Amino acid sequence: MLKEIWDYRQMIISLVKKDLRGRYKGSVLGFLWTFVNPLFQILIYSFVFAYILPTGMEKYYLFLCVALIPWIFFQSAITGGSTSVLSQKDLVKKIYFPREVLPISYVTSCFVNMLLCFIVVFAVVIVSRTHVSILGLCCLPVIMIVEYVLALGIAMITSALTVYFRDLEHILGIVSMAWMYLTPVVYPSERYEKLPSELRFIMEHINPMSPIIGAYRTILYSGSVPDMTNILEALLLGVIFLVIGFVIFGKCKKHFAEEL
Amino acid sequence: MEENSIIIKNVTKQFKVYYDKGQSLKEKIIFKGRNRHDTRVVLNDISLTIKKGEAVGLIGHNGCGKSTLLKLMTRILYPDKGTIDVKGRVSSLIELGAGFHPDMSGRENIYTNASIFGLSKKEIDSRLNDIIEFSELQEFIDNPVRTYSSGMYMRLAFSVAINVDADVLLIDEILAVGDTNFQAKCFSKLKEIKAKGTTIVIVSHSLDQIEAFCDRSIWINKGKIVADGLPRDIHMDYLDYMGERRNEQQKKEKEQKEKEEKEKKRWGNGDAQITGVKVTDKDGNEKSVFHVGDNVKVKIDYKVNKPVKDAVFGIGIFRNDGVYCYGTNTRIDRIDEFDIVEDGSLEIEMPSADLLPGKYLVDLAIECDRGVPVDYYKEACFFETYSKRGDSGITRIDQIWHMPENIKKQ
Repeated sequence: MLKEIWDYRQMIISLVKKDLRGRYKGSVLGFLWTFVNPLFQILIYSFVFAYILPTGMEKYYLFLCVALIPWIFFQSAITGGSTSVLSQKDLVKKIYFPREVLPISYVTSCFVNMLLCFIVVFAVVIVSRTHVSILGLCCLPVIMIVEYVLALGIAMITSALTVYFRDLEHILGIVSMAWMYLTPVVYPSERYEKLPSELRFIMEHINPMSPIIGAYRTILYSGSVPDMTNILEALLLGVIFLVIGFVIFGKCKKHFAEEL
Repeated sequence: MEENSIIIKNVTKQFKVYYDKGQSLKEKIIFKGRNRHDTRVVLNDISLTIKKGEAVGLIGHNGCGKSTLLKLMTRILYPDKGTIDVKGRVSSLIELGAGFHPDMSGRENIYTNASIFGLSKKEIDSRLNDIIEFSELQEFIDNPVRTYSSGMYMRLAFSVAINVDADVLLIDEILAVGDTNFQAKCFSKLKEIKAKGTTIVIVSHSLDQIEAFCDRSIWINKGKIVADGLPRDIHMDYLDYMGERRNEQQKKEKEQKEKEEKEKKRWGNGDAQITGVKVTDKDGNEKSVFHVGDNVKVKIDYKVNKPVKDAVFGIGIFRNDGVYCYGTNTRIDRIDEFDIVEDGSLEIEMPSADLLPGKYLVDLAIECDRGVPVDYYKEACFFETYSKRGDSGITRIDQIWHMPENIKKQ
């Protein structure tokens, strides 16, 4: 099956291109929206958490932006990814191709989007004169891949199930919002120190996004090298999700054409 | 050496037909009872092998399962029972132009579309010129697809699909692309592909196309293979069957129509019923066209379900434009009161039917008591009249012209 997906790699590339180019077609700002949207989110959160509910972090805009951009990738991959099969129902009903291509290409296009946004992130890092360690920077692609694996695994599960239960799309909207506030995106993870130890364990270890977001911040905000054991934990969870995703997707995909 | 390209073993496919399907999670849980469904068996235990390089036509009437079989071969659908083994790369001309993006150029869409068939970039690059040339769209290839006419769109789509170089090509009713020239071109391209040893399966209602192209025809009916063999032989039987089917259908429709008409045109309590109506001349020969003033007889057969007391037979004559011309009944004509107790027949003789040329519809009725309808039969029969005289109106009233004497004869 993996070989088949590999044979269809050109389809993944085409769909990603089509998605990236087609998304803002017809709008005045066009591709700039890719940057405008996260930029405004950063502005709003910065205003709230630097002035109204101050977290006490130095250079809050940087603190936020290095975590929020990866988070936006994750969030859009799982919420948008859940409808990736549903929205291509004409293709699914009429043509054979490995169905896995659909969530893979959607998550990949979100990923490419994040990479483009990282241009802005790097600009902010440079402007803020943060010292970044070279070794830390080398870890950055690894972190990104771990996040990609995790997002893909979840998107595989949700995209397959959404075909059968259309509610899932809306449920995921709520879940992803809750998940964001249960992950140290807008606040530092040090806040967990005040929590009871069981809760703290869940927040820091069961939630795979905690170490991932933490690692981005370590590299780009603190300028040091992230603790790889936490990343391995997240990778392990990511791989588990991915395997479960492929299994569930493989079970569900045979009846896609009938359900759509 | 002949090897098999498609092997289908004991394949059964059924669809669930939901009465009221809950799409959301909530509906699935709360309204468990609502997920009632019927299963419709579309393909029933079908086994089939198609050899490499064979061209096979699937025929059958609408809804017989042939398209489902094709979809199973492409792996869009999966069988509930049995196995399907298709060897090599499959290209399907089921949906043309899959994934076309209207804002992208023809060239970009070739890449997208071909990639959906599983071609790598290198493979597409090597075919690009063939595809463009085949589509005859050289001048427009860098324009966005939304500016194409539907014919150009289909031509581009077809060119991609046909240049995939698949081992198995599945085609569903698409040889109606573009103008006649392009169709002929597609056809010869298909022949070329076939000569290369590609296995081809076509679903079509055009038996001519299949005969011209396929070595073998498979007729599917009600989820089963009815016949499998040379197209010419199979198609004869198939056409016979379809003819019969159409006859039956027409008969059914006619019966239904007649029944409806009857219901509309008859009412009454049904104690007695008019069973037969005949229009004859005075010698009893059935006729429908009379000379004005001929003797016309209307013969009525009736059956009695329940004795009708104080019965009255009536007749009404209408011209076909609805003008009421004449009506009477046994009571008006002072025939003694009577009951009808058993089946019988009567005749109404009009020794001189003086209705002027036209078509006349006859209503017949059995009533009882004072006008309770037992069987009112509207438009029970009709007759036409003709005449050589040019007088006009409804009926002929004989006349004598008494002319003044002081007119000057010519």
